Amino acid sequence: MKNSISKVLFFALVALLALIFISPFMVMVLTSFKTNNDAFTIPVKLFPRVWVKENYPAAFAAIPYFKYMGNTVFITAISLIGQLLVTPMVAYSLVKIKWKGADIISGLVMATMMIPITVTMVPLYKIYSKLGLTNTYIPLILPAFFGKAYYIVIVRQFFAGIPNSLIEAGKIDGATEFQRYYKIALPLCKPVLTTIGIYAFLDAWSDYLYPLIFITKPGMYTLSLGLQQYMSEYSVDWARLMAAAVVFVLPVIVCFAVFQKNFVEGIATSGLKA
Amino acid sequence: MKGRNATQRDFINGLLFSSPWILGFMAFSVYPLISSLYYSLTKFNAVTAPQWVGLDNYKDIFSDPLVWKSLGNTLFMAFVSTPINLFVALLLASIVCANFKGRGFVRTAFFLPSVIPMVAATMVWIWMFDPTYGYINNVLSWFGISGPAWLMDAHYTKWALVLMGTWNTGTMMLVCMSALQSVPRSYYESAEIDGAGKVARFFYITVPCIAHVLVYQAILSTINAFQYFQQVYIIISANAGVKGGSAAGGPENSILMYPLYVFHNAFTYLKMGKASAMAWLLFIIVAILTVIMTKVTRKVTENAGGE
Repeated sequence: MKNSISKVLFFALVALLALIFISPFMVMVLTSFKTNNDAFTIPVKLFPRVWVKENYPAAFAAIPYFKYMGNTVFITAISLIGQLLVTPMVAYSLVKIKWKGADIISGLVMATMMIPITVTMVPLYKIYSKLGLTNTYIPLILPAFFGKAYYIVIVRQFFAGIPNSLIEAGKIDGATEFQRYYKIALPLCKPVLTTIGIYAFLDAWSDYLYPLIFITKPGMYTLSLGLQQYMSEYSVDWARLMAAAVVFVLPVIVCFAVFQKNFVEGIATSGLKA
Repeated sequence: MKGRNATQRDFINGLLFSSPWILGFMAFSVYPLISSLYYSLTKFNAVTAPQWVGLDNYKDIFSDPLVWKSLGNTLFMAFVSTPINLFVALLLASIVCANFKGRGFVRTAFFLPSVIPMVAATMVWIWMFDPTYGYINNVLSWFGISGPAWLMDAHYTKWALVLMGTWNTGTMMLVCMSALQSVPRSYYESAEIDGAGKVARFFYITVPCIAHVLVYQAILSTINAFQYFQQVYIIISANAGVKGGSAAGGPENSILMYPLYVFHNAFTYLKMGKASAMAWLLFIIVAILTVIMTKVTRKVTENAGGE
């Protein structure tokens, strides 16, 4: 008896918590199908009084939505290529090549994760503007081609779990280091590359601070910057803004739904090790 | 002789393979850090060249009440939000570690907020916090509570941020989850035989076993609090209506976070020297926290291993 009561209580608590956690998503989606009048009517109803689709075309027309989306896709795609190209190579050198620098660089990689962007933003802005590169996508894309510490750590941990014998087998056949990396190590790390690929996609897609600092020309905005244009009038058209946000968030949710396992593993392996 | 050649070759290969990161490290970390230190001793804006002013910026910082205000706000986030988030994350993690139907769905529900782009998430929250038309106050009114003006009332703005933060603990939850799962089952079993209750088991077995993870997460969360920027920038822009408008710190500057004030000094007031000095102060704080984090985590891990 006592057991079944506590079971019911547990389920009630879990259901309530789950509901609370998904409620912002429900608010976002349901508001996007309301008329603006409906959204601003007391009493506030969760579901639309009348379901309308007009917010979507209206949202796309109010700002150059698809242009911003194109910009975002472009930046995301190039960043993704850069990260996938460089990360495994650096990670490989840290655990699979025996050289003096490996430990030093591993330490430095960890250390750079702690450098606040607040510290680096002014000098970076200064140098990019001196080179005439503000209002280009270079500042947003370039860092991807030099490896991001967080991704390197994840891939390094993966490589560390691969037996050396597997890779050294190539040595006997007289393969060069690069051949061993390219032909043996790289194919092995496909699953972890998927993981960092997803993170790289998300990071680039959602990035806000870099576009905010380096992109001031409205035509070059990314979606994360563009969304604010619905707010920069005297009042906010929440129904349209939510419609725009739904479309912005959708690719992320789809990606998450497909690759949930990779997400969980990536965080579990990198978060645990100090 | 051959061995030496091999060592040399490995060294060259290692250097070659990691060269992109080394170059990036120079360009995106070392150079900005050093020049930021130099800039902090100068006066300049985006157009003019830096002009040496010695320690003036630092004197300016210490006499600027808004610097202290923003530091206070940031410390609030660090020391109020962190324990709350850790508690929530641990609670959620314990839930998803239990075995029940629908566990996968619940885990997704708890984690999903963490992958949503911050801009979109923050905007939904601004809408939900709306004093009149927002869902939060309407739900509160079912219970006869008349909710505050949240993001428009200086007394509640930071608590609204804390609330938003708890929604975003998915990553922490996952880390706690895999820590919980790594606690050997046999520990619980033998404690149960000894007659230890659920609560006792939690405090005498679970907590010590995952202490190093909790400590690490707590300090990481504190460090992150010192980087708290996007959410407040978006909230303030939404309230002010204009990008970087005059209401630079929210109601009574109650959500003027330290990084936000650095940003405003650099890009709104164009006091880039002062911004750099503030940034370096932040860097020192974060560096100290990082050192503490590594030391403490090592110690906790050693203690756990020694038992």
